[in-house]
Amino acid sequence: MAQESSFAAVALPHLDAAYNLARWLTGSADTAEEVVQDAMLRALTYFPSFRGGNARAWVLQIVRNTAYAALTVRRDARAVPLATADEDDGIHDLPDPGDDPETALLRARDRALIEGMLARLPVELREALVLRELEELSYRDIAQITELPIGTVMSRLWRARRQLAAAARAGVR
Amino acid sequence: MVPPSCDQALLLQAEFDGELGTAQSVALAGHREGCAACQARWTELVALRGALKTVPYHRASPALARALAERLAPATAAPRPRVARRWWREAASFGLGAALAASLVLTMRPARDDGMLAALVDDHVRALQPGHFIDVISTDRHTVKPWFDGKLDFAPPVKDLAADGFPLRGGRLDYLGGRAVAALAYEHGKHPIDLFVWPERGAQPTPPATERHGYNVVQWTADGMALTAVSDLERDELEDFARLWQKAP
Repeated sequence: MAQESSFAAVALPHLDAAYNLARWLTGSADTAEEVVQDAMLRALTYFPSFRGGNARAWVLQIVRNTAYAALTVRRDARAVPLATADEDDGIHDLPDPGDDPETALLRARDRALIEGMLARLPVELREALVLRELEELSYRDIAQITELPIGTVMSRLWRARRQLAAAARAGVR
Repeated sequence: MVPPSCDQALLLQAEFDGELGTAQSVALAGHREGCAACQARWTELVALRGALKTVPYHRASPALARALAERLAPATAAPRPRVARRWWREAASFGLGAALAASLVLTMRPARDDGMLAALVDDHVRALQPGHFIDVISTDRHTVKPWFDGKLDFAPPVKDLAADGFPLRGGRLDYLGGRAVAALAYEHGKHPIDLFVWPERGAQPTPPATERHGYNVVQWTADGMALTAVSDLERDELEDFARLWQKAP
């Protein structure tokens, strides 16, 4: 009872974070709203097993799972494979910063351009960047949300940044 | 074909993301000084972060908040928390004016401090949960202030405003945004107020007063300390608290 009634106080402060993640994962405002609604109802169901700790990570973990389920169902043409083959060797397959790492990104500092580049990243890389740079979550929280080891979080984040930087360089060339 | 520098790259990234301890940071700083590749990577990490600051943060619409309130209402209609009821009431009675005002507040958010602000409000809400304790329970500032000694690398100013209707209830130690923060618990009527304190040099925070999910936030700086009061009190009452606090000896 007390647990149920405090659900709102625990989960709802994270409504914006929930929507932001759902929106970036699904790429659609409508789908994101559905995902957040579903996720919040699921969260209410799971709430008795919530043991305290980071409520935002807990909510986002549920949102993330719901969003992935929605992506699978939708089989959107843009939905990239949910998991890529090799996690651990992936950090070497992109070039390191070139001669001029900064200027390409500064020139690309066009809101629509960056937004498009982020939106086109594979979903598992996009989520790493959204959780780190937009939500400013720690590696530990990101590991909890994505249910991955911290090492994988680090290499995904690295690959995401490399790909985004590569896209920026390609974009301004 | 593993470049010899790849571990350094992840380490560098961890440093950039504030995930390294002091010893590791120092060791890495030594390496970075002589490593052109790491310097270039660092520059790029900074540029990337700057670029990503321009990307939109998608906030839940008032319609979504309302829809959720309606769907969850039966389950949360239990007679307990004032905080929750307050939130629902606001969500449910979200008129056009309120929606407009809220969207203005939300779009005016400063990108840089928003994460910390969110962390402070979350922490305040957590502290309202049943079973969450205040680390040191005392209405006597001469008890609360020494309690922080040795737990923090700064001495938070502790003032008692009981005479003004804002009695001190105690204090606790929190880790927010990667730093240790002193939280002083006050009360007004039955409304809890958390005053978060940490050392900070520099400009006044903007905006000085804001609202987040039904909680009011008033921030100021004084004597090299950043102070942030969070409560479900009305904004003018919380501003009174801030004013009295600044005037108190």
